[in-house]
Amino acid sequence: MWCELGQGNFFDEFQMEGVAADHNEIYLELTPENLSRALKTAQNAKTVKIKLTNKHCPCLTVAVELPSLSSSSRIVTHDIPVGVIPRKLWTDFREPTVPDFDVSIYLPVLKTMKSVVERMKNISNHVVIEANLKGEMNLKIETDLVCITTHFKDLGNPLWASEDASQDRDSENMAEARIDIKKLLQFLAGQQVNPTKALCNIVHNRIVHFILLHEDVSLQYFIPALS
Amino acid sequence: MKCLVTGGNVRVLGKAAHSLSRIGDELYLEPLENGHYQAARPPQAQPPRCKVLMKSFLSVFRSPVALEKTVERCCIALSPESSRLVIQLHCKHGVTKTHNLSFQECESLQAIFDPAQCPNLLRAPARVLVEAVAPFSPALSEVTLGVSPGRRVVFRSYLEEDTDATKAMMTEMSLNEEEFQQLEAQEGASITFCLKEFRGLLSFAESANLPLNIHFDVPGRPAIFTIEDSLLDGHFVLATLSEPDLCSQEPSRPGQGAHSTMHLDDFANDDIDSYMIAMETTVCEGAAVAPCTPSPLSEEEEAEPSVVPGTPPLKKFRSLFFGSVLAPTEPPCEPNPVLAEDSDGEG
Repeated sequence: MWCELGQGNFFDEFQMEGVAADHNEIYLELTPENLSRALKTAQNAKTVKIKLTNKHCPCLTVAVELPSLSSSSRIVTHDIPVGVIPRKLWTDFREPTVPDFDVSIYLPVLKTMKSVVERMKNISNHVVIEANLKGEMNLKIETDLVCITTHFKDLGNPLWASEDASQDRDSENMAEARIDIKKLLQFLAGQQVNPTKALCNIVHNRIVHFILLHEDVSLQYFIPALS
Repeated sequence: MKCLVTGGNVRVLGKAAHSLSRIGDELYLEPLENGHYQAARPPQAQPPRCKVLMKSFLSVFRSPVALEKTVERCCIALSPESSRLVIQLHCKHGVTKTHNLSFQECESLQAIFDPAQCPNLLRAPARVLVEAVAPFSPALSEVTLGVSPGRRVVFRSYLEEDTDATKAMMTEMSLNEEEFQQLEAQEGASITFCLKEFRGLLSFAESANLPLNIHFDVPGRPAIFTIEDSLLDGHFVLATLSEPDLCSQEPSRPGQGAHSTMHLDDFANDDIDSYMIAMETTVCEGAAVAPCTPSPLSEEEEAEPSVVPGTPPLKKFRSLFFGSVLAPTEPPCEPNPVLAEDSDGEG
């Protein structure tokens, strides 16, 4: 999963000095659950400050100022241990490139898709996701006893800059990939807010690439296809 | 033993049971003689004492909300013939639910403690304390409470010795002393105790909408948490971690400090681990109570042990039990818990 947030959209103040002037970046590794729990305490916060500190080890210190009944606020401080990733490993963490997809299609309303997949997960561990250039997408599961297909129509296909490969494609031809249903559900369940744009690129039998765009956040999710 | 709990007090009893269930697996019930008010009556030869499984007791009071709506009164009696503790809920529409719980007779358990001997005291509405510990992970075992320079009250997560400091998240909540109704403690005073049990007693205090008093002394000596109003009196005694012994390499077992000061007599469980938790709950019958039936057994009356002066002379039932919590093998590394923030360095 790859997510990008613009600093200016989230922080009133932002100060950072990277490793070097020409490598003005810092790569940190941490347990997401810690950060998520720290930010949960900030739901009604007056201010939140995030600092990189060195306590017993490098830490991301989240300082939350909460309203209180008295004249001065309550302060919650979370020290989340982080691992600083050395520069030589930075190439491991580059933004993944958009694959050469066969079909690109806009997703249906995520809530609907999620409730469909939620019911499918009780029947099968895998789901086939297929789509074509006519704006049609199907979710299929198959067991010994039953086959279930949900059809979505008129979804629309986004236009990409270079569409050479797809020009030759018969618009009715479905590109498909069989993926782990739990991973698809994880992706769908994580979406709390409706994105401005949500689309999916399918490389036939290889990979499904989801792109979600909100006003100030972009999210990319890659799910490999199973044989 | 026979006692009667009426009306809204049934819900309070249910809530107390729920709160206690977060602390231990067994519930001790003991009616007490009221030495102060019934001086003329000779003490019972053998006041019945019993313990029941918490699960069984809790199943009677499963839903406090439903209890409030349907139960008019609750009668608790010990039936020696059938060896059962009989709890009868007299409900609306003529419905009576009778629960027969099996019990074990046991020796009386008493923890000797005196809040008045603790030099430090904190009092705050339960709500404030609930909010103060909300940021901590539900999985956290112990928390340190202290007063920082600058007179702020600080709760901080306590890392057990065997946890990897480079992996564990540390959380601290600091509150202005103005949020406390009373704060009598030295700057730098602090104690470390079990968070799970603290949350249990807090939920009871919060549901009763009462302030909580925290009486404490030096680390290692038990901390006493009390709540009281006209209907009930609650004393929760939690052991605290003792200070590390800097001179010796041997890890000091924190519980032993608390153990020796508790002076328990005659407890059945000789496997007490480092933490001992004794809870004394007293429920006052209140003016509305009529005695069940004339019976040779005493009604619930209180016997005041002379070592606990100042406890209000209410009709009580007292329950004490012990829970065992895994102890950290070594005390914290710092000589004193650092309650002020470290100066930051860029990572």
